[in-house]
Amino acid sequence: MMNSAVQLLVLAVMAVAGFFALWFKDLISSVISLAVFSLMMALEFYLLQAPDVAIAEAAIGAGLSTTIFIITIRACRRPKSREGGKEW
Amino acid sequence: MNPLSVVVRTVCDLFAWFMIVFGVNVLLHGYVTPGGGFQGGAIIATFIAFLLVAYGGRRVASRVNDRLFDLFEEVGLLVFFILAFLGLPVTFFFNFLAKPLAESAGGFIPGVGTVALMSVAVGLEVTGALSLIILTMHRGIRMFRGEDLEPETGHDR
Repeated sequence: MMNSAVQLLVLAVMAVAGFFALWFKDLISSVISLAVFSLMMALEFYLLQAPDVAIAEAAIGAGLSTTIFIITIRACRRPKSREGGKEW
Repeated sequence: MNPLSVVVRTVCDLFAWFMIVFGVNVLLHGYVTPGGGFQGGAIIATFIAFLLVAYGGRRVASRVNDRLFDLFEEVGLLVFFILAFLGLPVTFFFNFLAKPLAESAGGFIPGVGTVALMSVAVGLEVTGALSLIILTMHRGIRMFRGEDLEPETGHDR
């Protein structure tokens, strides 16, 4: 009973984080929301008694891919017209 | 890519080293607890990504040498293959260092033999490869821009 209540909470936070990852206009906020989603997924793997997968998910999903996304977003600029890019 | 604010840099200074310690812990105890080579290596490789986000590309790229991570990869692969070939009088990947559980430290620490050493080798390999991937991706985002690098003065929020 207790376990399923915790699982319901974790799954609800996952759903909310996934919704906000799509809903935010600011890309950094969206990526942070995706990191929360990934962290909750690691917690869910741990609750389902797969701690090995949970560690891999926490390291790759919440750590590495988030920083890769942040590096990519912060490296992007709006392309200027003299560089051949179109304004949008 | 400018460095981030002084708050982020201080947090990076304080906590980045613990990530390496935790990664090595996951790596070294991989044969008996959850974790292992890939997970520990990925945690250690997050250190480079963390430095890159907090301090900006120029400072990290001037300090970090790619040859170190190449060396990690080569040493990891060589140790893995040599350990695999050392069991060759019996079979490939034969665990020639393993002991029965009762003989090894009173059964308290399992005598896993080459499994732990191979886990360390895989950890070195994954650390080098993921760090190189992150550094190369960071270098590659400049590839299609003709102008020089932006000066990286000041910091972002």
